[in-house]
Amino acid sequence: MADERLEVELRHHLGRIDLDVRFSVGRETLALIGASGAGKSSVLLAIAGLLRPDHGRIVGAERPLFDAEKRVDLPPEERRVGLVFQHGALFPYLSVAQNVAFGLHPRARSKRERSERVGEILERFAIAELANSRPDRISGGERQRVALARAVATSPHVLLLDEPLSALDAVTKSRVAAELSRTLADLRLPTILVSHDLGDVAGLADRVAVMDEGRIVQSGTTAELLRSPASGFVAAFVGTNFFSGVATRAGGVTEVTLDSGVVVASAAAAAGPVGVIVQPWDITLHDAMAGAPSAGPPSADSGQNVLTGSVTSVAPRGGTLRVSVASLPPVVAEVSAEAPGVDGLSRGAMVAAVWLNAATMLVPDDAAAPTE
Amino acid sequence: MTPPATLSSSGAAYGSVDVVYGARHRFTTAAAITGIAVSVLTAFVGLPLLAIFLRVPLGTLVAQLHSPVARDALRISLKTSLTALLFIVVVGTPVAYLLGTRRFRGRTVLVTFLELPLVLPPAVAGIGLFAAFGRTGLLGAHLTQFGIRIPFTWVAVVMAQAFVAMPFYVRQAIAAFASMDPQLLAASRTLGMGSTRTFLRVSIPLARQSLSAGAALAWARALGEFGATALFAGALAGVTQTLPLAIYSEFGATHLDVALAMSALLVAVSFGVLITAKLLLRFQTWV
Repeated sequence: MADERLEVELRHHLGRIDLDVRFSVGRETLALIGASGAGKSSVLLAIAGLLRPDHGRIVGAERPLFDAEKRVDLPPEERRVGLVFQHGALFPYLSVAQNVAFGLHPRARSKRERSERVGEILERFAIAELANSRPDRISGGERQRVALARAVATSPHVLLLDEPLSALDAVTKSRVAAELSRTLADLRLPTILVSHDLGDVAGLADRVAVMDEGRIVQSGTTAELLRSPASGFVAAFVGTNFFSGVATRAGGVTEVTLDSGVVVASAAAAAGPVGVIVQPWDITLHDAMAGAPSAGPPSADSGQNVLTGSVTSVAPRGGTLRVSVASLPPVVAEVSAEAPGVDGLSRGAMVAAVWLNAATMLVPDDAAAPTE
Repeated sequence: MTPPATLSSSGAAYGSVDVVYGARHRFTTAAAITGIAVSVLTAFVGLPLLAIFLRVPLGTLVAQLHSPVARDALRISLKTSLTALLFIVVVGTPVAYLLGTRRFRGRTVLVTFLELPLVLPPAVAGIGLFAAFGRTGLLGAHLTQFGIRIPFTWVAVVMAQAFVAMPFYVRQAIAAFASMDPQLLAASRTLGMGSTRTFLRVSIPLARQSLSAGAALAWARALGEFGATALFAGALAGVTQTLPLAIYSEFGATHLDVALAMSALLVAVSFGVLITAKLLLRFQTWV
């Protein structure tokens, strides 16, 4: 079988930022995540042929789609790149079935072939009962499905999805994510998902690339990113705790004086400016009033760090609760919803956030301050 | 006879003012003045229109429409105004698409230039057409060499009508194309449709109702055209004498009943066009 790989290498001046990315996607799903304005959507538009980059080349399934040097620039209609917009961009004057049929050229197929293909796609995406509905009469999740079905009907070589889950409510989101995951696994196309929220797409992506200011600052599996974020920006973006400070070696531990003045201890060896990462699931929460582990300066003896503060928010995420604590500095902890004492975790409750010195990861600090 | 060039799609703006301030209506001098103003204006527009229908019995009006003058004028008016509309739509639509979807240097100047016939006195339009396409005109002199003569033919009527009515359609069409969701156009391209197919299968359906409303208004304006036609095409009975010109000549010849009958017809048509256009713009559904 021919190489289905999508190769992207492009540079483009985009107002405030300079887009400069280079990556390749095989038969897998790459999630491109970053804050709004990071240039993620522009990458999609460039691949689809809706934005002409200043420099670079794009190859899809061994076909050059764009090459600045060789002056190749296929128009969008010849690229065989399916693009699914955030809100679906369904044609409001056409029914669901007509939307799905839109991209099937009358010249390339007979009327019977076209209606067979539409019927097959409607079945496959479980939208047959919506066939005659207008897009404004169906739910957001259904619109998303129809938009994907419409793109897939044209047998694209590459699939691009712009914020596929952002417009959906929490309940719909998890259902659509599950559907999408199955569909993408079936299609086995080079797929790029763009999202501003890793949590939305972590389960869908084989690989994640984090974008900031027009560049990919790190890419890897979701687990790799969570385990060892390459920078403060990535750490902040993927939802871990990140602080910067100055490390000094004191006895058996490394003491890091954070920018806020607070000192935390780490088992890792380092000196000078460092980034401190504490994973939310390494933090346990205790009732500060009930005389749990005493707060105080870390030491080699205690082997753990304690920060106290009041709970500012508790957000359920699957089987865990994501708890924000207004300590100095503020931290985020993820605790099991079944853990003892969880019932007391309401807004305003005073808690002690505790983690072992061994859970304090140190990374070389970069200049980029976390923005999230 | 001349409807406004563009119509707002709903009267919601006025309604909301009423909701906010309407709760405490009191009889004041200001309210009295407003009431009088509304009555005066309504009567000012309404009385002449009403008078057309009340001057002679309705049966007489209908009978006079069958007079040879009225029948000829109606035939010419329909033929010329519909031809003018066809020209406006065929040429105006791509121009409006360009002006509605692209930003380029000189765009505003071009739009303003194309709107000029809206404010230009029709007599000036007629003189201009004559100076350009007349027998010895700028272009007309060359056309004469090929044996082509435009003035005082039905083609001249079409040109006069197209000239003055064009902005009514083009303005509405520019607004319609400018308000299209660019994502829908982009989606069409990624689904394999080139720019021409995208124009036909996405832009036109999206703008359809607005374009129809603009066409209706332009047609009404063409149907009512008088000044430019009179100067450039004359009023040759059976050739260039449209309904408005026939009304003028019958009125001059003291055949008031015929003039009234044709006027009544135009009032009815104008009213119908205006309501149709408003409904098209208010209920932009995709059914």
